[in-house]
Amino acid sequence: MDIFAQQILNGLVLGSVYALVALGYTMVYGILGLINFAHGEVVMIGAMTALAVVSTLLSVFPEMHPFLTILLAGLAAILVCMSLAFFIERLAYRPLRNAPRLAPLITAIGISILLQNIAMIIWGRKYKTVPQLFPTETFELFGASITSVQIFIILISAVLMSGLLVIVHFTKLGRAMRATSESQRVAGLMGINVNKIISVTFMIGAGLAAVAGILIAGNYSVVHYSMGFMLGLKAFTAAVLGGIGNLGGAVLGGLLLGLIESIGAGYIGDLTGGFLGSHYQDVFAFVVLIVVLVFRPTGLMGERVSERA
Amino acid sequence: MILHMPLLELTKINKNFGGVQALNDVSLTINEGEIYGLIGPNGAGKTTLFNVITGVYLPNNGRIKFDARSIVGRKPHQVATAGIARTFQNIRLFQNMTVMENVMVGMHAKTSTGSFGAIFNTKSARHEEKMIRTQSMRWLDYVGILTEADNLARNLSYGDQRRLEIARALATRPKLLALDEPAAGMNAIETEELKGLIQTIRTDGVSILLIEHDVKLIMNLCDRVAVLDYGQKIAEDVPQLVRKDPNVIQAYIGGELP
Repeated sequence: MDIFAQQILNGLVLGSVYALVALGYTMVYGILGLINFAHGEVVMIGAMTALAVVSTLLSVFPEMHPFLTILLAGLAAILVCMSLAFFIERLAYRPLRNAPRLAPLITAIGISILLQNIAMIIWGRKYKTVPQLFPTETFELFGASITSVQIFIILISAVLMSGLLVIVHFTKLGRAMRATSESQRVAGLMGINVNKIISVTFMIGAGLAAVAGILIAGNYSVVHYSMGFMLGLKAFTAAVLGGIGNLGGAVLGGLLLGLIESIGAGYIGDLTGGFLGSHYQDVFAFVVLIVVLVFRPTGLMGERVSERA
Repeated sequence: MILHMPLLELTKINKNFGGVQALNDVSLTINEGEIYGLIGPNGAGKTTLFNVITGVYLPNNGRIKFDARSIVGRKPHQVATAGIARTFQNIRLFQNMTVMENVMVGMHAKTSTGSFGAIFNTKSARHEEKMIRTQSMRWLDYVGILTEADNLARNLSYGDQRRLEIARALATRPKLLALDEPAAGMNAIETEELKGLIQTIRTDGVSILLIEHDVKLIMNLCDRVAVLDYGQKIAEDVPQLVRKDPNVIQAYIGGELP
């Protein structure tokens, strides 16, 4: 087995999920200039909801086709996350739209803690295992092995990301989103309902987050009420790495971060003579972030920070 | 050719910022088909009045009727939908979007595709998108910058950026087009072309509210002119009479009459 090829594959899988989550951060930042620290928790809620639906369906309709099960669970998770994001924006962020920037930021952290605790109350403090819906098949690819779940993750992410790029660049909704992110005031004067566009932006990000949560749950087979925290932080790192506010940057940043982490984790043991093990993989994300910010403060694809009135 | 049907009626508009009275009992009426000029020294409240009309500021009191409906307290996007479009003193284009996309944004409120239709690219959404493109090209052609359609707005020349602002405003299909110093920074030829464009727009049935420092342009173009000074309307009449009004001369020269 080729270790390098294997790490690249693992990195792409991990990176796809980071990218999906990073898109949510970057879209909201692009439109509001707000870092929505509760976004990672939305991913967790997505995973938890999907698991709850899957468990229920398995016990009530044990004969149901696994595809139908996962489809229903996915739809439920997306619906829950979108509504959650809608209410978070409406109740927590919108009243602070004109407040100093620190206020919504701290509110976001508060929402994040709140959601973790709610999830803990509903789903408990223990790690929960995700039932295996499909028999895992493993394929050989360039000397590395890849499971059917991993293939699924890469495909779904690619489809969703391209879909989002098409929406943002080629539809009426996307134009309204870009116009709103350049100037809420002028967009409003052009007849765009800015509040609605902001709600929709939050909801699209949350939909992607729900899917990311399910993919992660499928890949690692466990979920936990605190799983969104580190994931959110990594995805945020990915968004900053690519240039926050830039959609292509979020995708690039996510994939790069996944690759760096995975390759780093694969070789850190050899490089340090076994002194540091692969559990140090989290260090890489943040080292990379610091290095990039030192040399390119706007991120890899970020332009100069747009002037805001 | 003036139809004396009131289109926009402001009644006793007041607007304070803290202790500063930016607008003091301003009343004015713009009729359908009219080119209405608004002049006044710097800081007289012209732009504040624009912002009150377009829903950016809420007046402290006073009534605004547009097209026989009250529009006080409506949000800017609702005022835009009701039929008032504007351009900006300092150009406010969507700099990172193409020229064409800027105009397409202007058509946002007049088209029906919702978020759902856009995301799932329904048949009606595709059909409408095509219509939006065709219409946008027409507006670009109308103001004479069709060849720039695919450039980024920020790469346009100054005069063309002003034209694009007008095209974007027209794309909202307004009944009233409010132009905030459209000739600022333009040379004589560009100003002359702008004058022609404004006349064409009026001929095509859109009333115009024009703030301008270029007094010659105002006098040549407007059917009626109002003069603001320290937030108050000190004169309103046809240009020939306004320029002879002693109050106006005093406001501009700032002293005793000669």
